[in-house]
Amino acid sequence: MSALDDIKLTNAQIAWRAAQDIEDGAYVNLGIGFPEMVAQYTVEGREAIFHTENGVLGFGPAPAPGEEDWDLINAGKKAITLKPGAAFFHHADSFAMVRGGHLDVAILGAFQVAQTGDLANWSTGKGAIPAVGGAMDLVQSAKRLAVVTDHVTKKGEPKLMEACTMPLTGVRCVTRVYTSLAVVDIEGGHFVLREKLPAISFDDLQALTGAELKTGDSVGDLIVPQA
Amino acid sequence: MDKTAASVAEAVAGIHDGATVMIGGFGGSGAPIELIHALIDRGPKNLTVINNNAGNGHVGIAAMIEQGLVAKMICSFPRSSDPVAFTEAYTAGRLELEVVPQGTLAERIRAAGAGIPAFYTATSYGTELAEGKPVEEFDGKPYVRERWLRADFALIKGHHGDPYGNLTYRMAGRNFNPVMAMAAETTIAQVSKIVAPGGIDPEHIVTPGIFVDTLVEVADPAQEEILIREGASYP
Repeated sequence: MSALDDIKLTNAQIAWRAAQDIEDGAYVNLGIGFPEMVAQYTVEGREAIFHTENGVLGFGPAPAPGEEDWDLINAGKKAITLKPGAAFFHHADSFAMVRGGHLDVAILGAFQVAQTGDLANWSTGKGAIPAVGGAMDLVQSAKRLAVVTDHVTKKGEPKLMEACTMPLTGVRCVTRVYTSLAVVDIEGGHFVLREKLPAISFDDLQALTGAELKTGDSVGDLIVPQA
Repeated sequence: MDKTAASVAEAVAGIHDGATVMIGGFGGSGAPIELIHALIDRGPKNLTVINNNAGNGHVGIAAMIEQGLVAKMICSFPRSSDPVAFTEAYTAGRLELEVVPQGTLAERIRAAGAGIPAFYTATSYGTELAEGKPVEEFDGKPYVRERWLRADFALIKGHHGDPYGNLTYRMAGRNFNPVMAMAAETTIAQVSKIVAPGGIDPEHIVTPGIFVDTLVEVADPAQEEILIREGASYP
């Protein structure tokens, strides 16, 4: 799959593409790790308010080394800063924001996504110690749930499937997937291809996808800035 | 009224073998390290501990596990930068684990504090964490029934307190502390400073004193994250 490695997007480029769909004024939760990169690509002229499960709205980037205050961290336990207009609140209020449907968008990583919108991203189910955090809350209740992910696993196996084989985080919850090769919506129990890299043919993309890719009225080119 | 204890040892003196103990904090933020370490000095056994995590490094909850105080952890995320204490005890079968989605954990605790024995939530529907739990449809959508989560004791960390037990918190150190204060039979708070009644503007009080039984002043409290980076262990 070295040819694939040459054309596929980096995580930063996937994060950039996901950031383009965040509307001005949106309240956003980003999953720990790769999804956090989306915050770096907020579109000029738009303001997104970032929520972290441990009780902060309106946080900013990491402080300079040595400037950390360890009472001021995000859900990934990393030190953060506050933007003007930030707010603190306790955990039940924080998850009322999540479970009450007040977040406009959550962007998470994935092990597998099914064409039904089912998501598996919390446990490989192989005897690892189970640890769920806030994932099951976020997936069921954000107004829009997007996933950022490589299109295939490191072994080249599809991550977009007819049905997930790993333990589910939630059912019928994902609405859009940004992958290293394409942008795919989930509608009516199907994957609908919206954009693909110009360098890959539809047939090759379909071959790397574990379920049928439908095409809507038109499929756009997935074009992102060079990293 | 004066709920002040003279020392952390006196504050935790009533915590007995087999007790269920909520411990505030999210990672190290808002974690009542000095109360936890005083509890280790006291040494009760077979505790059920409720926290978002399951300890990090060799201080705080990790040290409780290493010292053999804990029989069961109820948490959402038993992983950390150095989860060796929990991982070893769990893999060796010395420690029972109940994993609860984080929002469900917070709401089960809040519900207990508010006297609500059960509630329904969309969270975990269709997953293995919902197995065996009743499901009911409301307005066309399925929800999972969850029970309240009560405790005998809560150990929490505030910023300022007064003798009535009114508390403020510091930044994201608030996290689970206010809801745990509501949900335990006996709530014990450590604060950086105890001020005279009236010393906290009533507009700024986050936890009203009715939820707090004992408070103790720990000026300049240790920060778990810094202890871990220094490689500290307790005792």
